[in-house]
Amino acid sequence: MSTRSLTAIVLVLLVPAATTSILARETPNLGRLATPAEIAGWDISIPPDGNGLPPGSGTPDQGAIVFAQKCQSCHGEKGAGKPNEQLVGGQGTLASKSSVRTIGSYWPYATTVFDYVRRSMPYTQPQSLTNEEVYAITAYLLHLNGIIGPQDAMNAQTLPQVKMPNRDNFIVVYPAKSK
Amino acid sequence: MSKGKPPSQHPSLAEPVAGNGLLDRRAFLTQGIALLGASGLAAVSAAPAHAADPPRLAPWMQSPGAGMSGYGSPSQYESEVIRTLIQSKPGTTGSGASRTPIEALDGMITPNGLHFERHHSGVPDIDPARHRLLIHGLVKRPLIFTVEALLRYPMVSRIHFLECSGNSMMLYSPNPPDLTCGQMHGMVSCGEWTGVPLRMLLEEAGVDPQAQWLLADGADSAAMSRSVPMAKAMDDAFLALYQNGERLRPENGYPVRLFLPGYEGNMNVKWLRRLKVVPAPVMTKDETSRYTDLQADGKSLMFTYAMEVKSVITRPSPGVALQGPGLYEVCGLSWSGHGTIKQVEVSADGGKTWAAAALSAPVLPRALTRFRIPWKWNGAPAVLKSRATDDSGAVQPTRDALVSARGTNAIFHYNAIQAWRVESTGEVKNVYA
Repeated sequence: MSTRSLTAIVLVLLVPAATTSILARETPNLGRLATPAEIAGWDISIPPDGNGLPPGSGTPDQGAIVFAQKCQSCHGEKGAGKPNEQLVGGQGTLASKSSVRTIGSYWPYATTVFDYVRRSMPYTQPQSLTNEEVYAITAYLLHLNGIIGPQDAMNAQTLPQVKMPNRDNFIVVYPAKSK
Repeated sequence: MSKGKPPSQHPSLAEPVAGNGLLDRRAFLTQGIALLGASGLAAVSAAPAHAADPPRLAPWMQSPGAGMSGYGSPSQYESEVIRTLIQSKPGTTGSGASRTPIEALDGMITPNGLHFERHHSGVPDIDPARHRLLIHGLVKRPLIFTVEALLRYPMVSRIHFLECSGNSMMLYSPNPPDLTCGQMHGMVSCGEWTGVPLRMLLEEAGVDPQAQWLLADGADSAAMSRSVPMAKAMDDAFLALYQNGERLRPENGYPVRLFLPGYEGNMNVKWLRRLKVVPAPVMTKDETSRYTDLQADGKSLMFTYAMEVKSVITRPSPGVALQGPGLYEVCGLSWSGHGTIKQVEVSADGGKTWAAAALSAPVLPRALTRFRIPWKWNGAPAVLKSRATDDSGAVQPTRDALVSARGTNAIFHYNAIQAWRVESTGEVKNVYA
């Protein structure tokens, strides 16, 4: 058999398979391309490496002022809690019967504080804070928990470097071992 | 079968199969009920005669009934069957939860108006014409979908439970709470969910084959967000648009929610507006400070996604009392985020002996499964328990075993065997036994 006819046979055999795979991939394709500007407006998530942190900066002192105005009525003076979540303290309680989970005692990543405050807080006016205000509140809460110094500014460079006290106490379960 | 005895049909159906009066699960079948005749069902003949009793004509037969309605409601006589233990955080109306009154329902499907709720910042009032879903990140083509577009995609329908990972959390407390079954265990519901396979949309966007994670954002005012493993997204995940035949209820994510069969409720992001394909988990607030399970030694389990095998007897239960000695059907719900319920055993003697309950068909993976077993109650105090096993071989643990393994600080993923103490009055109490 010549090489040419062998090629022809192979082609004939391949055609139905190729057609099938094209059909399998056929989907409605009803999405339209998103523009960079559209994406930028909604892309507010900040992972532990700080990728996507915006420009700006804030110190604990600046954060104290914003906190008193916009956070304290729910979270108490200096984040002591009541009527809602306690944000400060609780370190050393996690293995006790009366564990207290706060940013300082429990949260494994400082970037989560920025992400959460920016996306969800204040409760009645989410996504109303400026990036500077979010950095400042984050710095204030980290300072109240004894994690950064009183002069330490939080920004896109410094925030991902902060090591949270409870960082190494999480055991990642996924992917689960089969039972 | 021994040769000496003549074979008889179901000779043992009226005889107990486990301690304290549990009967064969088939005893309520036609043949069984005849054998049970003498003992009979609990008598209700003590009820006083009413104007509608025979031979009188009921008042609702003496004039024509009401007309049609645009959207039906339950009978006015069922007005007490409502979501329960509705609690919000101070100063908020929508940051909290409500529970399904599972003790008042039967079957496997939860009516849409009674599906449990868990919101982090209330229920948004979303105009579907203005809602958008953005898929971006590690994709070739970032895409924006309208709801109208999503409704044109080929759909799948799946019957699945949804359980908040904080369901039953009050049972970690040192003393058994004095609450109803639904108040404790009602952050689980089950429905038929219909929507678009997520894999199809990710493939249209050209997802990077190396990408291992997705971030899902909600369009509520908390912009609630969770990281989702790509393996789950490409397996059985879908974007739900319909719930029990109708479009999603606002409190369940209208117009579109993420659905991850078997995974803890919080990950099934409601009001879905964004999916970002990412290289690693984003470590959002709800996968770090919440929905991680603090153990007795101070370490925490993270990414405990699938809800474990679990069951609870819904009838009888606290507030659903027995009406004197006699024959009853004990029934309840079982489920597992790891697969299909294989067996539910029931004990009427506090766990000394167990009998297999009947499972009501259909028995589906990651769906509520109804179990039933006949019980001849002799009127003496008794402790009822149920214990589920799934097809992965996982067996529901005792509370002692769960607490000794995890401690009492975990808050989430409580799946221990529930014990109900039936008093001689017929009242039922939550006990740790």
